[in-house]
Amino acid sequence: MEKKINISEILKKYTMVIVLIVLVIFFSANTEGRMVLPQNVNNLIAQNAYVFILATGMLFCILTGGNIDLSVGSVVCFVAAVGGKMMVSSKMNPYLTMLVMLLVGILIGAWQGFWIAYVRIPPFIVTLAGMLVFRGLSNVVLEGQTLAPLPESYLALFNNYIPDIFGKEGFNITCFAVGILMCLIYVAFMLKGRTDRVKKGYQVDPLGGMVIKMAVICAAVLLFMFRLSQYKGIPNSLVWVVVVIAIYTYIASKTTTGRYFYAVGGNEKATKLSGINTNRVYFLAYLNMGLLAAVAGMVTMARMNSATPTAGSNYEMDAIGSCFIGGASAYGGIGTVPGVIIGALLMGVLNLGMSIMGIDQNIQKVVKGLVLLAAVIFDVVSKRKSFIVK
Amino acid sequence: MAKILLEMKNITKTFPGVKALDNVNLQVEEGEIHALVGENGAGKSTLMNVLSGIYPYGTYEGNIIYDGEICKFYNIKDSEEKGIVIIHQELALIPYMTIGENLYLGNERGKACSINWNETYGEADKYLKIVGLEESSRTLIKDIGVGKQQLVEIAKALAKKARLLILDEPTASLNEDDSKALLDLLLKFKQQGMTSIIISHKLNEVAYVADKITVIRDGATIETLDKATDDISEQRIIKGMVGRELTDRFPKRQNKNIGEVAMEVKNWNVYHPLYTERKVVDDVSFKVHKGEVVGIAGLMGAGRTELAMSIFGKSYGTRITGQVFIQGSEVKLNTVQDAIDHKLAYVTEDRKGNGLILSKSIKLNTSLANMRAISRNGVIDGDKEFLVAEEYRDKLKTKCPTVEQNVGNLSGGNQQKVLLAKWMFAQPDILILDEPTRGIDVGAKYEIYCIINDLVAAGKSVVMISSELPEILGVADRIYVMNEGKIVGEIKGEEATQELIMSRILKSSKGEQ
Repeated sequence: MEKKINISEILKKYTMVIVLIVLVIFFSANTEGRMVLPQNVNNLIAQNAYVFILATGMLFCILTGGNIDLSVGSVVCFVAAVGGKMMVSSKMNPYLTMLVMLLVGILIGAWQGFWIAYVRIPPFIVTLAGMLVFRGLSNVVLEGQTLAPLPESYLALFNNYIPDIFGKEGFNITCFAVGILMCLIYVAFMLKGRTDRVKKGYQVDPLGGMVIKMAVICAAVLLFMFRLSQYKGIPNSLVWVVVVIAIYTYIASKTTTGRYFYAVGGNEKATKLSGINTNRVYFLAYLNMGLLAAVAGMVTMARMNSATPTAGSNYEMDAIGSCFIGGASAYGGIGTVPGVIIGALLMGVLNLGMSIMGIDQNIQKVVKGLVLLAAVIFDVVSKRKSFIVK
Repeated sequence: MAKILLEMKNITKTFPGVKALDNVNLQVEEGEIHALVGENGAGKSTLMNVLSGIYPYGTYEGNIIYDGEICKFYNIKDSEEKGIVIIHQELALIPYMTIGENLYLGNERGKACSINWNETYGEADKYLKIVGLEESSRTLIKDIGVGKQQLVEIAKALAKKARLLILDEPTASLNEDDSKALLDLLLKFKQQGMTSIIISHKLNEVAYVADKITVIRDGATIETLDKATDDISEQRIIKGMVGRELTDRFPKRQNKNIGEVAMEVKNWNVYHPLYTERKVVDDVSFKVHKGEVVGIAGLMGAGRTELAMSIFGKSYGTRITGQVFIQGSEVKLNTVQDAIDHKLAYVTEDRKGNGLILSKSIKLNTSLANMRAISRNGVIDGDKEFLVAEEYRDKLKTKCPTVEQNVGNLSGGNQQKVLLAKWMFAQPDILILDEPTRGIDVGAKYEIYCIINDLVAAGKSVVMISSELPEILGVADRIYVMNEGKIVGEIKGEEATQELIMSRILKSSKGEQ
């Protein structure tokens, strides 16, 4: 049994992917190809690692019912401040420090999650308070100073590249080999899943559509890895990001816990009457956000090679924007991790492309704001018949 | 003969799949109190919504002739301009505003950019005097009781220069004294020339105030009784309300096999979650046997849903006391999960609000209450989930292209089947079905009854809450009648008639029990 291909449905489903591709082509054309130079492709990842991580966490908050976390930027800064204090001022072990940083993130998440989930204070209020509190506390911890430089062993974990075992100058074979391997594994999984489903007589997507989808994804991955190979190889930050994405994609799509987030956002009362502890779901969303904010804090600190009181400003906006551009519903219950990553990439490409084109910073903000608005309008309006609500 | 103020001619209103009103006619003379009676779902409120423009002109067939001209109302404002004001069953007052502010909400005194507060409160006080409410118009709504709030609603209607006042169950939440005062107020208005339409279940009140009574049943007008010429005793009205023929709308059950007691509830008391002084369920005891369908009859607001939800893991109410016995031993059901673990299921009356996740697939909804069965160590087995959803789709004959379809796109009957599938998959022994056939068409109803029969044939117990008396009579082995939070009667299935159930309810309303 094969489903029929429905063009308008496909366009709707992959709108943002198409927009992303169009944007990349547009910027490449307008920057004489500088947009896709190896170094810029590398920068796209390194500069936006924190966005990918935070947006993943933010998705789970938004899933519970359009709830956002405004405090993540400040939490990133505070966690980095604690880490900087320990590593720079007290010369403590970087690994111990990282453990403490994660713990601090979890504690902050638990603190905010408690008020939101069990006392039912609106998330907007709790995290707005958190935004002020942790920004202030960062300054207190750092005493208004910037702490630098960080120990080499710490920086290496985030800023270095996976070494090339073949050692050829100018082209990192390991990196490209990993790309090929990833494509092979992906294709194998897809085909196996399909044959399994056919064997059991379930409905499957048409083979042609599936081949095109696989070809596009493999081409994108190979092109991307090819560019990275031409630079310095796989950046460590990419590994961190991929690990986070993989774990949370799995949680969202394959586990009962992940399912609860979608259920709560879809209809909290019905979920509660199905025997699911909805308070716990809210709590987990914010607990997890704290944890991922700590990870983002570690990445950010390494990239800046310092802990400063202004780190992480407006990070919450990047994360929230990525989620909504990536198809998360502002009412909750809808959104996927891969979608959010596409959203974050789109923001990243916009940033990078406009910067290379030399567009004024302020105009860049205008464009990003309009893109966000357009994405959400599209999401909301495409679900109903009329444009204006009567 | 007095002048006809309002005539509704051949009104037909259809909702997707359901004909709510079928050629309804209503004539109201100027200066009379006209009562509209009928069972729940008979179409009284729909008719009034057509009249007041909530269902705009063009969404129904037929004509509204008011004051001699054909009216086309597109919204409530249109009808209010003509002096038709409706007061809904649920009060529409804003608690944190004053009486005066509420009175002129959307109709503010003075200019748009500068509200004239002196006029607002001065005028408001005048209207409060007319309705006999001794409160300052600067009092906040939240600080006065329900009875007084009802008076504020009437004052609000007067402030809109109402000529035709429509009251939907005005005394439903009032005590006896407040009800009496309200009805007397209506009689006083009548002497001053006001025309009123009153919708009520309390037939003694209807007999007390109404000049004419129109009976609506199954979306059609049955008869209009005139106080001056016809017999308007309660018996006579009830006959009109329920007097339909029972055709073969219920599947026969083969070899009934009723076993021992499956669940017993003793001395159950529940208080309202917000107004914690109000007792919603009052000392209720009941039991259900294996293989038995027990019906709980009663009018809307009798406390049946509240009873069921409070048993089901304390999902409703506060200060819950009483005992629940399942299969002979006492159990404490503090959470929904406890209830599910003890093989109890509650299928809600509000499938869209409390039952289903409309934006998600049939598959997801089916497995939601029993995720353990389709997962291992918290990881979902997608194939198994799919198979389960397919199995229940076949079993319940749910009509859908695939189980990946969003529940929101299904018809009411099919949604109800998905909801039933969800709870059947939770593998309960005792199912509480709350209005399982509300808002679905006759064919789907029949299928739901078949499912109920299959369940009890498999040794499960079913408690069915329903406001449709024929349904209760057709399906239940034993019937409890509930009214105002109390069980006011227990009737064996074969002895039960609609008249008997109705009279139990009405007797208890009058406090004779």
